[in-house]
Amino acid sequence: MLAFLIRRVLATVPVLLVVAILVFAMLRLAPGDPVAAIVGDAGSSEHIDKVRDKLGLNQSLPVQFVHWGSKLLHGDLGESYFIKRPVAELIGQRMQASLSLTAITLLLTVGVAVPLGVAAAWRSGGWLDRILMCISTLGFSVPSFVIAYVLIWLFGLHLQWLPVQGYARLNEGLWPWLRHLLLPAATLSLIYMALIARVTRAAVAEALTEDYIRTARAKGISELQLLLRHALANAAIPIVTVIGIGMALLMGGVVVTETVFAIPGLGQLTVDAVLSRDFPLIQGITLFFALTYVCINLLIDLSYLLFDPRIRY
Amino acid sequence: MRKNLKLSQLVAGLILAWGSAVIAQDGAKVLRVVPQADLKILDPIWTTAFVTRNHGYNVYDTLFGVDAQGRVQPQMVDQYEVSEDGQIWRFSLRKGLAFHDGKPVTSADVIASLQRWGQRDPLGQKMMAALDRMDALSERSFHMVFKQPFGMVREALGKPSSSPPFIMPARVAATPADQQIDDATGSGPYIFKQDEYRPGEKVVYVKNTKYIPRTEPPSGTAGGKQVYVDRMEWVILKDAQTQANALLNGEIDMIEWVPAEQYTALKANAQVVLDPTLPKGAYTLHLNHKVPPFTNPKMAQAAIMAISQEALMRAQQVHKALYSGCISIYPCGSQYATTQNAYFTGVPMLAKAKALLQEAGYDGKPVVLMHPADFTMLNKLAPVMAQLLKQAGFNVDMQTMDWPTLVTRRAKKDPVEKGGWNMFITSWGMADSMNPLFFAPMTGNGERGWFGWTTDAKLESLKSEFLAARDEPVRKSLAAAIQQQVLETGIYAPIGEYTVLSAYRKNIRGVLHAPVNVFWNIKKQ
Repeated sequence: MLAFLIRRVLATVPVLLVVAILVFAMLRLAPGDPVAAIVGDAGSSEHIDKVRDKLGLNQSLPVQFVHWGSKLLHGDLGESYFIKRPVAELIGQRMQASLSLTAITLLLTVGVAVPLGVAAAWRSGGWLDRILMCISTLGFSVPSFVIAYVLIWLFGLHLQWLPVQGYARLNEGLWPWLRHLLLPAATLSLIYMALIARVTRAAVAEALTEDYIRTARAKGISELQLLLRHALANAAIPIVTVIGIGMALLMGGVVVTETVFAIPGLGQLTVDAVLSRDFPLIQGITLFFALTYVCINLLIDLSYLLFDPRIRY
Repeated sequence: MRKNLKLSQLVAGLILAWGSAVIAQDGAKVLRVVPQADLKILDPIWTTAFVTRNHGYNVYDTLFGVDAQGRVQPQMVDQYEVSEDGQIWRFSLRKGLAFHDGKPVTSADVIASLQRWGQRDPLGQKMMAALDRMDALSERSFHMVFKQPFGMVREALGKPSSSPPFIMPARVAATPADQQIDDATGSGPYIFKQDEYRPGEKVVYVKNTKYIPRTEPPSGTAGGKQVYVDRMEWVILKDAQTQANALLNGEIDMIEWVPAEQYTALKANAQVVLDPTLPKGAYTLHLNHKVPPFTNPKMAQAAIMAISQEALMRAQQVHKALYSGCISIYPCGSQYATTQNAYFTGVPMLAKAKALLQEAGYDGKPVVLMHPADFTMLNKLAPVMAQLLKQAGFNVDMQTMDWPTLVTRRAKKDPVEKGGWNMFITSWGMADSMNPLFFAPMTGNGERGWFGWTTDAKLESLKSEFLAARDEPVRKSLAAAIQQQVLETGIYAPIGEYTVLSAYRKNIRGVLHAPVNVFWNIKKQ
């Protein structure tokens, strides 16, 4: 187990290195210059040259990379060209909103999709199954911004129950925090619910055909116990994997939803950074996302131990 | 029983948490505004970004302001006098001016601020070049001694945009001009809350309770800057639909610049006021004189003759109420506006353009028109312009890109085969283009000038005459001659004027009309 952990942690190093090289190179090869954007419309060519010099962008690419890499080795992600603040601080500022949105979305999603998926599998081919599968197909098909605007119109503008934009930090109170997250989380949940409900249905339906289920039934176990303790527990690995991937995707930024609801999360930070060609910020965020994906994958792998005692690392 | 107690404690806790948040939000008068853009750079001398300039007006004060009629009026200055020969200007500051850290505003702060501004701003650079020295005469008075008469002292010190000469503490103004300041201490009507500043999310200002406004009524950037709210929050909302929804739902009080696509929806709502708080802005077609074919003025004139202001403006602004034609290079209705020019009418003259192309010996080589597809404020203009140019006989290569790529590419002086360019369209506010000395593209000094790099000695000479002139009729006649020259050389041409609307809820009163958006005098009822 310890050896597995060490191996996986060490394996992140080349992954992060490749990501760092790729993102660094791609940014420099893409058109667009951060300096022109920084200086503004009335800035002269002379001013642009001076600022480029100041930021070290006139140096050769290898020199720039070594400079960035050496700072990275000391744990310094650099400073945003525009905002003049450490990249780590900017990521930290946006983490709470992204984590909060991820948490509420997952709670809503898992709380609804897993029971529905189990129920659909239990009554496979019946009316409940068909209705659920229709709804989940709809969830896949309708773009998130359409769902968002419908929810905004209904719960924000029409009923006036919930705010239509913004994010309240937890220190502003639990209810303000929650009510600002309900609509965006519901928007995202509808998509993930569709995915997780389908995976749950498929996995549980398959488990229900196994011999041990027949044996359990023969022993007279209740249907609820059968579904939860035997079928769902044995179908958990693909479900947990999909939930984990969903979590990584949510943490990686759900740009459209964040934009429509003005949630100051990592997705918006990424888009802003890309549009303004803020190289240090883009590099820092990309590395952070890469690390997040690696960590979540590791957690998913470790969670398999809980669900399947046969697995050994 | 114990379970019930725990549950009731939880419910009480939730209610308290909610209640405290509500009290925190509603106990003070908070004005919530969606600014035109995200505030990323805090130094209004270092960048010319409008949003940074507006931040500057919140936290800093200026020696002079410009009233709603465009007249320069004293602001921090109490009194001033000019020597007979116009070379010595003496100023005294108003009593009671103080920075947000409590320290008084002194002549030393003013001199340091003007020196830093004078290194960056084009008009400031001209003023500093004409200046012999600036000396503090006392804590509250100073003089400027010029080598020769400089006719634009008050205009320069009250320049409303792009980089107004904001007064900062000397310790902040000591920052080299090519470095950004990181301290927003000013002496203006609002105090910037550094600890609550979250770029991309929120910018917070609180009322400067120690600010002593002038006694005159507020007008433009001049007069008494009274603040009637305790706190102002700039809420960063990028999506146009989200902005409108938030305003309709009462979550924000004001949208500084209403996106054109929300005009109809907001106009139809009785709770919302649409108000043209800013003078109209203008779209302009810029030509590159560094590379062919616009090195030949006849070719440039032919391109300008292709302009159809109605077609271009309708495509971009859609609603007739949101645009108008204007053939002056100065804002129509402003002090130097004139229709005097040799050929430009704003109506396409395709036959004349074709004849000029033939006369100039156009070889049919494609001209590159840059099209910023992501910039909603501009992105419908280039396709229409491309079509008009084709009808005039140009072979047009419209290249689509995002705005950051365009601003990078326009700095390239290479021929088009090596990544250069020939034309692009952009927009300007009235505060930029109202005076020939304020306007960055109006340069004829070649490589040292703005993108397009026109070399035009006559234009520069006219501008120098304008700078030295002290009589308004002389300035007006020189401004007309400058317009004539700009169009003769074909440096750039006006495409039309757009109306900038602010939207606010009916309970908001006192929003000022000014050359730039200002946030004092606003009452929330």
